[in-house]
Amino acid sequence: MLELDGVTSRYGPVTALQDVDLVAEAGRITAVLGANGAGKTTLLRTISGLHRADAGTIRFDGRDITRLSTDQMTRAGMAHVPEGRGVITELTVKENLRLGALGRSTHRDAVSIDDVVDLFPILGDRSNALAHTLSGGERQMLVIGRALLATPKMLLLDEPSLGLAPRIVSQIFGVIRQLVHEQGLTVLLVEQNARSALSIADVGVVLGLGKVVAQDDAAILAADENLRHAYLGY
Amino acid sequence: MQLINTILGGLSLGMVYAAFALALVLIWQSTRIVNFAQAPMAMVTTFIALTLIESGMNYWVAFVAALVAGFVLGALVERLIIRYVDHDNHINPVILTLGLFIVLHAVAAVIFGSNFQSFPAPFGLTGFSVGDTTFNLTPTSVFTILIVIAVMALLRLLFLKTDLGLTMRAAAFNQEVARILGVRVNRTLTLGWALASVVGSLSGLLIAAGGLVHPSYMDGVVVYGFVAAVLGGLDSPAGAVVGGLLMGVTLSLVSGYLGSGLVPLAALIVLVVVLLVRPGGLFSTSTERTV
Amino acid sequence: MSALLSSPILRRTLLALVLFVVSVFAIDLLSGFRQGQVASIAYLAIAAGGLTVLTGINGQLSLGHGAFMAVGAYTTALLLGRWENMPLLLLLLISIVVTMAVGAAVGVAAARLHGPYIAGATLALAIAVPALAIHFKDTLGGEPGLRVPTRDVPPLADDALFFLTGTDTGTMQWLATVSVACLIVTFLLLRNLSESRVGRRWRAVRDDPVAAQLAGIDLGRSRVLCFVVSTATAGLAGSLMAMITRIAAPSGFNLVLSLTLLMAVVLGGLGTLTGALIGAVLLSLLPTFVTNFGSGMGLSDLQAAELAPLVLGLTTMAVVLLAPAGLVGSLLRWRQQARLSRS
Repeated sequence: MLELDGVTSRYGPVTALQDVDLVAEAGRITAVLGANGAGKTTLLRTISGLHRADAGTIRFDGRDITRLSTDQMTRAGMAHVPEGRGVITELTVKENLRLGALGRSTHRDAVSIDDVVDLFPILGDRSNALAHTLSGGERQMLVIGRALLATPKMLLLDEPSLGLAPRIVSQIFGVIRQLVHEQGLTVLLVEQNARSALSIADVGVVLGLGKVVAQDDAAILAADENLRHAYLGY
Repeated sequence: MQLINTILGGLSLGMVYAAFALALVLIWQSTRIVNFAQAPMAMVTTFIALTLIESGMNYWVAFVAALVAGFVLGALVERLIIRYVDHDNHINPVILTLGLFIVLHAVAAVIFGSNFQSFPAPFGLTGFSVGDTTFNLTPTSVFTILIVIAVMALLRLLFLKTDLGLTMRAAAFNQEVARILGVRVNRTLTLGWALASVVGSLSGLLIAAGGLVHPSYMDGVVVYGFVAAVLGGLDSPAGAVVGGLLMGVTLSLVSGYLGSGLVPLAALIVLVVVLLVRPGGLFSTSTERTV
Repeated sequence: MSALLSSPILRRTLLALVLFVVSVFAIDLLSGFRQGQVASIAYLAIAAGGLTVLTGINGQLSLGHGAFMAVGAYTTALLLGRWENMPLLLLLLISIVVTMAVGAAVGVAAARLHGPYIAGATLALAIAVPALAIHFKDTLGGEPGLRVPTRDVPPLADDALFFLTGTDTGTMQWLATVSVACLIVTFLLLRNLSESRVGRRWRAVRDDPVAAQLAGIDLGRSRVLCFVVSTATAGLAGSLMAMITRIAAPSGFNLVLSLTLLMAVVLGGLGTLTGALIGAVLLSLLPTFVTNFGSGMGLSDLQAAELAPLVLGLTTMAVVLLAPAGLVGSLLRWRQQARLSRS
């Protein structure tokens, strides 16, 4: 579904990603793990076109998207879900959701706002509240729900567990799992919380200082004690 | 009686300031730029209307043509100039719009001449009278008040009820997230400038009605409109409207009772007092900065 | 001698003295018309220098420095109207002090504002001051303004200049000499000030107000001080302008004056005094040049007169978009880069 080939990304003189090769297969959850500053967020920003790759190619669904703009990418069926801060706080919950539906790619049956409310009932209750009144967990549900309304083929999730209580994290991960199983969604999940990420992912990719240091089945990575100590911190 | 008439005059003037302030707010919200060139942009479109009227065209055709010209001018200014300014330094955008200010002034003076020319009014300019007393409320000022209210209602409808308005608001509040959601942010910015320029042009046409125009006839309005926008908090369209009305009435009172030469000073004093007492404007809920 | 030259302040003072003596001779060689041009370049450069310090070094924007020039000019006109023989130095000093007082009042308010707000407030000031001159007709002369009487060259100065140049000093030559002297003194003071502790504080406030505050700098006081210094130069410039143009009228201090001053600063590059000087030279010479060009191209005089602001505005926009560091700033940066890549 998504293939990165030799992608390098720089911020001025700082190389944030160096020669990254990565494959996220359709219908599976690929977790990208690594410590702070390993390049995880840059990876997502580079894939979704918010930051231009300095070298390498990115293919999505068989098509070269390296030079596409972010809005074109969204309409091609890739939904970048920024961490919870990505709600537009000045708009209401409903308006945030409506915005998600506007960027819809046309290739699948439309998801309705009601479908999203079925997944996250709290969003229905708070429908007319301004998004800045939401809690962290509610914001995370809102950004995921909003992304789903664009009927994407693939979700890019940036640290969905950041700062959330374990109960909320498992609820959100449960929904993601369900979406992959029932609708064949492809997910690229960037996480610092390696333990929970590996528990729902099929494949894991470990980044260290901008380079891929390991890429394997999630279960194998989780069993590799040296790797866990060196890069994943548990 | 004089008081009532002064306030009535202030209300229609205030509506014009409100429209101008609204134009400033629309642009501030989306691009964080105070468009000081809004005044000469409106001046240019008013001159376009005047040229059309003088060539024998119907007033309303010229009126609409000026608004369309305002739309095009606003879009061009954003697309060709504003998009390329470096936002890191807050001084650069201000100087850019001031440069444009001077350029438009000079261009207008070269093309349309720098002398005073009278601009026709769409309706009568004599006040309604009840018995012996004549109120300072002319058919033209009624038109002014009504059309500004109508335009504001339309804008409100656009921003709150339509998908286009929603994307424009999203792009104004958070460009990056808007991009992620598939909004073509650059297009909404161009459209935002174009719409603001239409509203600014409207205020230019209304101020000109029954009066004189020359290349700097809008210079005072940019100051009063800016003060009105700041009164409302620069970020609040509703605040801009209230601020505009307040400014209109206040400045009419100053002009009527103290002398017109003191009007700019009064505007300055209002601005400074408001900013010192409520730095975020009358309608802000938070203070914007502490240092 | 070498010990003397090792102190930058002494070195600059010496340089200033040399510059002054050279310019006395240079001015003597010029025609009356050129002397007038030199005088107007000098007062514009003084005002632009003050604005450069305010905007470039302290990061405060003023769109209303023309208004402060008006305060200085009207003060001079009123003083000379009453005491025609007031000593020049006293005249300049009072004009400066009055302008500084007004500047302090505005500066206290401006120091608490930021970004677009300060721009708007000073814009309002630029419009308010000329309107006041029209409102108070009886004292300030209304629309036609106040005439400023021509002053004779003080005998002492005439003798001193005769001693140097061997010629009698005409009025315009005298004013040009005074203006250039004021310019040299102002730039010397501004340069020394901007490199002193005070100047470093101003830069700190510009670069990072929060950090500056944490380092114990009183932001408000620092901003007000810079504003007052900057208005002092505007007052001086206004006073000279009144004597040189022999009139203080509202039309001379319109919004365009304030904006062109700012453009001189931008053209030269925010924060360099040399840039302010170059900007002022461009500003005074450009109109004549462009207007002649326009007339040559068959434009009417009125149209040709508008070409100068047109070119000025376009140049400013081009500089902001293409060389945000200004002309001088970009040159300096380019030279630095060249030096870096060589080493």
